[in-house]
Amino acid sequence: MAARKTSDKSNVSKDELLKFYREMLLIRRFEEKAGQLYGMGLIGGFCHLYIGQEAVVVGLEACTKDGDKRITSYRDHGHMLACGMDAKGVMAELTGRIGGYSKGKGGSMHMFSKQRHFYGGHGIVGAQVPLGAGLALSDKYKGNDNVTFAYFGDGAANQGQVYETYNMAELWSLPVVFVIENNQYAMGTSLKRSTKSTTLFGRGLAYGISGEQVDGMDVLAVKAAGQKAVAHCRAGNGPYILEMMTYRYRGHSMSDPAKYRTREEVQKMKDEKDAIEHVRDLLIGGGLASEDDLKSIDRDIKAIVNDSAEFAKESPEPDVSELWTDIYA
Amino acid sequence: MATEILMPALSPTMEEGTLAKWLVKEGDKVKSGQIIAEIETDKATMEFEAVDEGTVGRILVAEGTAGVKVNTPIAVLVEEGESPAASPAAAPAPAAAPPAAPVAAPPPVQAAPMRAVAPDTSPDWPAGTPMKTMTVREALREAMAEEMRANPNVMLMGEEVGEYQGAYKISQGLLDEFGPRRVVDTPITEIGFTGIAVGAAWGGLNPIVEFMTFNFAMQAIDHIINSAAKTNYMSGGQLGCPIVFRGANGAAARVAAQHSQDFAAWYAAIPGLKVVMPYSAADAKGLLKQAIRDPNPVIFLENEILYGRSFEVPDLPDFTIPFGKARVWREGTDATIVSFGIGMGYALEAADKLAHEGISAEVIDLRTLRPIDYDTVLASVMKTNRCVTVEEGFPVGSIGNHLSATIMERAFDHLDAPVINCAGKDVPMPYAANLEKLALVTTADVVAAVKSVCYR
Repeated sequence: MAARKTSDKSNVSKDELLKFYREMLLIRRFEEKAGQLYGMGLIGGFCHLYIGQEAVVVGLEACTKDGDKRITSYRDHGHMLACGMDAKGVMAELTGRIGGYSKGKGGSMHMFSKQRHFYGGHGIVGAQVPLGAGLALSDKYKGNDNVTFAYFGDGAANQGQVYETYNMAELWSLPVVFVIENNQYAMGTSLKRSTKSTTLFGRGLAYGISGEQVDGMDVLAVKAAGQKAVAHCRAGNGPYILEMMTYRYRGHSMSDPAKYRTREEVQKMKDEKDAIEHVRDLLIGGGLASEDDLKSIDRDIKAIVNDSAEFAKESPEPDVSELWTDIYA
Repeated sequence: MATEILMPALSPTMEEGTLAKWLVKEGDKVKSGQIIAEIETDKATMEFEAVDEGTVGRILVAEGTAGVKVNTPIAVLVEEGESPAASPAAAPAPAAAPPAAPVAAPPPVQAAPMRAVAPDTSPDWPAGTPMKTMTVREALREAMAEEMRANPNVMLMGEEVGEYQGAYKISQGLLDEFGPRRVVDTPITEIGFTGIAVGAAWGGLNPIVEFMTFNFAMQAIDHIINSAAKTNYMSGGQLGCPIVFRGANGAAARVAAQHSQDFAAWYAAIPGLKVVMPYSAADAKGLLKQAIRDPNPVIFLENEILYGRSFEVPDLPDFTIPFGKARVWREGTDATIVSFGIGMGYALEAADKLAHEGISAEVIDLRTLRPIDYDTVLASVMKTNRCVTVEEGFPVGSIGNHLSATIMERAFDHLDAPVINCAGKDVPMPYAANLEKLALVTTADVVAAVKSVCYR
């Protein structure tokens, strides 16, 4: 068994590593808590957890500036936490309460924050891809240098609208980074069972879009690739594709028994590739932080997550009058 | 033998055109396939080719003549040695058909009689406002141009809206005035560009998306409904979507099932959308300007057959018409006819015919289908006690069905007869001219329905 890959850490500071550790841990603990609340019946419907994929959003958010936009699918809790949305508001949306980002009317799959430039939270596989390109079009139209990150999975990569969007994004030089979060399973269908051409970023070449495959379990590799992509877009060179090789530890949704893969496969990823353990090793192994330092962070995160859960339980359900509000702007 | 060259039909809805230019003169020899004239249709200026060889004997319609009916003889072609005078107007002209359309057939759609606006009961502009005559097409173009001048974030995108000047010439001239940043030609990729437009609206723009026809919008309906219509609600009011989806809707003429469908009832069913379906040019202009200013997604259903119809439009630098206000086109006492869009043509024509038979019909144009002006409809039904609805769409789950239910719930005791819904037939649109006529709602249907509710 190969040893855990240690990425080049020459360009990363102790503070940044600690920040990555903290942000990834927040997502993981938040998602674990969400899973728990789902089991208790406090969260209903569909709930798709991001556990295992944390390095992707944390690494890419490290490349953003104010004004940059992001949009993703229904597996969206991690993206929201990573772009600075409040854990309480996200958790309260999961429980369908008035304190949630959508006043309880959107749920797990539909949250938005105009203030943080987070545009959802979309439940139709692949729909967020042209929507993201449209956000980029608005920035190009206005003549600023903002970039949009349009996240989608390996499953969405087989939707036709993705390629319609590639064509127009390149034709019109839209500043959009297409982020394929390739976690290798579209619900229960592995990549090999859904497509012969498994190098997903390569499909952009047919439209003239450059891209690359990235170790999406390595937050430093993600950040390095993200910086390159963002520079490409900000310079007015049009879109860029990042195919993040990643893995989700949990099922597709809370109701997925995950019979399509072995326990051993999941365990191997956790043992060898875990994104949080990787940063922990860099911090401890590099003498940049002590076990106690990290334990202190763990405690902080636990407190934030517990507070969010308490808030989500205590926040009232939306008033019945909310049924009839927000239908029109 | 002399051959008559007939004014060709160069589009499915063309009934007449302008003979813009002759490229030959009397005495010229022409070859088959040679371009002999330029003809301006309701959509574009087209080159017209000779089918047969021969010599131009006589030119019957001078260049620059407007309003030349399809199938009118425009020139006579004679064979070698034949005298130009030997060109009997009555001679059969079997070979003169241009390649584009079967001119031997009668014009496919009967033009509704052009009417001056009825006693102006519109509260939409001040009494005494000067009026000008304008086609629906020109009204739509003016509405977009005015709003684009007023708001730099209004932009137009769609297939052929720019360099081609619009498949139906609605966007003619806009590229020249506003440039390619604001008038964007898209590839043929409806779901893709619709999604992009919705995202652009979230990003702060006010896109107008032109669907060449709404039939193609079925490819994009997920973004119209799931992305544009629902997100304001799903975001707790954070993310409104100021966008207009507009284009030709409903049957054109002889374009068969996939290109002939009225989607009014589909879109009117969706909370979060606003749905507009104008009949007159004044409504087209005032409602489109209102739609562009609305902070919500608006479905704006136009009609290819109405594009070329002329109406009186207020000659004002700026006017809008609010949504949710029906217009009473004709007051009456015996029965209420409720319609919208092209159905209004049948409704008004039926009311004229009924008046000759002593039946006084009130005619209401809903103009917007979401919101619907229930109050005007109910007040009228409470006065006349009888109601007929008229629309072109399919009969199951129609706007008329919905109105019937609403009238039953809210004005049951006022009804002296069941409400009758006149609608398109429950069949895919056939191509054959006779069958197409049967599939569409007709003035005769409306007349019969009104007589029926009046027990006459």
